[in-house]
Amino acid sequence: MNLGAHADFIVAAYAVAIALTVALIAWVALDYRAQRRILLELEQQGITRRSQREEKP
Amino acid sequence: MSFIDLANPTRFLALVQRLLPWLAAATVLAFAAGLAMAFNAPDDYQQGATVKIMFLHVPAAWLSMFGWALMSMAALGTLVWRHPLADVAAKAAAPIGAAFTLMCLVTGSLWGRPMWGAFWVWDARLTSVLVLFLMYLGLMALYWTTEDPARASRAAAILTLVGAINLPVIKFSVDWWNTLHQPASVIRLGAPAIHPAILTPLLVMALAFALLFLTLHLAAMRNEILRRRVRTLQLMKADNA
Repeated sequence: MNLGAHADFIVAAYAVAIALTVALIAWVALDYRAQRRILLELEQQGITRRSQREEKP
Repeated sequence: MSFIDLANPTRFLALVQRLLPWLAAATVLAFAAGLAMAFNAPDDYQQGATVKIMFLHVPAAWLSMFGWALMSMAALGTLVWRHPLADVAAKAAAPIGAAFTLMCLVTGSLWGRPMWGAFWVWDARLTSVLVLFLMYLGLMALYWTTEDPARASRAAAILTLVGAINLPVIKFSVDWWNTLHQPASVIRLGAPAIHPAILTPLLVMALAFALLFLTLHLAAMRNEILRRRVRTLQLMKADNA
């Protein structure tokens, strides 16, 4: 594929778009893992929401 | 499940867990198709191969404005209807909207250098999009620095609605002022001014980016609901101590 005389600008634009997309996906995935881990730790300490306590027999 | 059921965060979480894998798969497929079409599209008769930057720049620009419009609707949900998920939706959209605005600014700059001879000019369109980016950062700072989520949500909602004034300014800046930026080519009165050989890949890339935005937004909303649960439990723990 011939990107012409301005290939550097085209490649840089796609590299920036990919980097930002990967950063967004990583932020969402890592944040999810962190919140799940903290919730699990709190529940293991016996601290649960009222609705969760009501579900237990 | 009716629309009103989604006001319940637990039901919303269950729906998001079911939807996310399908949305992620649709996003990957749309990007595969869009990129294949973009790199097989003909060069522009004036701009040459640099027109390929448009397939990133234009969808990012649309979504940067869509992000703020979405937050404005959520702000109304917070202030008028006090919908439990409205503030969650607004807070989750801010970093994603900021990232798309940054993508629009950087790709536009990289397109501007070979076409205009400058990475940046203080043109009405560029400046109003830079203002949008700064507003996103300001809103994120407000959320992060206000400890009480209820106070943060009201202040953020008001700031968002005030900031929405910038959306028509961005859209019509190329009509209201003499700008270096080209006028609207797709969303305009009359038919699009772009040849179908370039317009079709652009629309497929726009669909792919929109699916990416939707997927990330739903995942970020899920994370925000979990974060608020964590906060509630930590407050309960502190009360019991």
